[in-house]
Amino acid sequence: MTFPDVNPAGVHLPLEPLPGHSSRGRLERVLRRGEFAVTAELNPPDSADPQDVYDRAAVFEGWVDAINAVDASGANCHMSSVGICALLTRMGYAVVMQVACRDRNRIAIQGDVLGAAAMGVANVLCLTGDGVQAGDQPGAMPVFDLDSMSLLETVRVMRDEQRFLSGRKITSPPHVFIGAAANPFAPPYDFRPLRLAKKIEAGAEFVQTQYCFDVPMFENYMRRVRELGLHERCFILVGVGPLASARAARWIRTNVPGIYIPDAVIARLEGAENQKLEGKRICIEIIQACREIAGVSGVHVMAYRQEELVAEIVHEAGVLSDRRPWRREPSPDDAVVAERLQSILTEQESVDPEAAAAEAVAQARETEQVP
Amino acid sequence: MAGIGFGNWSITAAGRRTKRAGDYQPHHVSVTRRLRKPYTIRLWSVRHARFLEIVYAAFADLFLKLHPFWHFVGYGRAEPPVKFVERRVKGLLFDCRMCGQCILSATGMSCPMNCPKRLRNGPCGGVRANGNCEVEPDMPCVWVQAWSGSRLMQGGDAILAVQKPVDHSLRETSAWLRVTAEAAEARKAKA
Repeated sequence: MTFPDVNPAGVHLPLEPLPGHSSRGRLERVLRRGEFAVTAELNPPDSADPQDVYDRAAVFEGWVDAINAVDASGANCHMSSVGICALLTRMGYAVVMQVACRDRNRIAIQGDVLGAAAMGVANVLCLTGDGVQAGDQPGAMPVFDLDSMSLLETVRVMRDEQRFLSGRKITSPPHVFIGAAANPFAPPYDFRPLRLAKKIEAGAEFVQTQYCFDVPMFENYMRRVRELGLHERCFILVGVGPLASARAARWIRTNVPGIYIPDAVIARLEGAENQKLEGKRICIEIIQACREIAGVSGVHVMAYRQEELVAEIVHEAGVLSDRRPWRREPSPDDAVVAERLQSILTEQESVDPEAAAAEAVAQARETEQVP
Repeated sequence: MAGIGFGNWSITAAGRRTKRAGDYQPHHVSVTRRLRKPYTIRLWSVRHARFLEIVYAAFADLFLKLHPFWHFVGYGRAEPPVKFVERRVKGLLFDCRMCGQCILSATGMSCPMNCPKRLRNGPCGGVRANGNCEVEPDMPCVWVQAWSGSRLMQGGDAILAVQKPVDHSLRETSAWLRVTAEAAEARKAKA
């Protein structure tokens, strides 16, 4: 099977630049072609083992157009988003590198954006970040030197004007597709669409929303977004995810900032025999409902600790139609090595080391190299 | 409970943070170490944003008229006394943090530096359903206030402009004098 968005010289290499595209990555191509995009969030490991990252990415393979590498989400410490992106890009995965303003100042962030782009990161998601009080280290210093808006503008200026915030020149700019987050489900509700407009003004080309559990509320938001014409200036990916149980839903609602779960959803989970299955069903229904809303360009699946469900959810929701996102294939080099190994193992007769040594000595004597 | 302990907290094997019995925890600790003040006056200022907008405009005019005086004294020498007054007046009305680059007119007379994340471009996604802050559950979100204040003001749509990142090197300087000096410079350039 061949995939459209692959560099023939190597899957990990950037694609040919196209006019009207700001990055050389797969996600932007999919969105600009008008296909319904799917992204998913990778749960970062608490380890230094690269295999942990590869294992967690493998469950998404062939089902998503890009994998989000979170930046200490919920202010909990995990492997860094830069590290995860470094590992995934060299395998050819398309990644969305999340950058939060909580932990790094403008000097560190601008350096990371350059480094990430050099490694082949094509998408950068600019976030403010949860407060440190939400995480496992509430005594940490909250940085918040930039906010999501000024971060968006910083990355845009680096890319389009080829300079740092200070004005110093960048010789080779980071060609990244710039993303932002949006939360239509938090007050002040009437300001939220205008805030999206502000983010687009600052440089956002795609947005991934917070978890959507209330479709009518999201419809209202999207109506206003369409009135402002924002859906034409920016790709909107609606955030969804399965709830594991009613208990988990209640916990999330009280402990995770910015997530709104209506009582009706929790009641439905509670009434179900198999809560996990019901959570998945709700998620699929929400995806199908959101897909019908004009101006929605894709979904962002955040299945925290249920990542193995993402493939099923995407498949059962039927949002990809007959399209199959990129998946890793064994490289031609690997095939040659495997074939040669096979021939060595099967075709050649086994060699007795002692006999071979005796033969070598006899040959050497004949040529009188050895007395 | 088995686990590693540090400070007031211990981490259990499950990675959950628990408080040890008898640990001392001061009342209302804040990770951002902000001064806790009652928000009454700050909220009053937001409710009277239109009134303060008029006062501020008149005040800015007055300061600009005084430009020859500031120039004569020297802006550098005027700084300490002006800063002294500015800090106290704005501190009372807005819980001012003396960032030195006042954008109250673009934020509905709600000082954005009071946001624990010091956001200057609008509310984060963590605002609670009751309109309170994610970080400090008892504080009304600075940006929810800013939005309502801006709706009262004539130039309230300034809230839609994208603000530049804060220049931390301007901390603890007078915004009033800098704005006046810049306005005088602009007036001179135009003339």
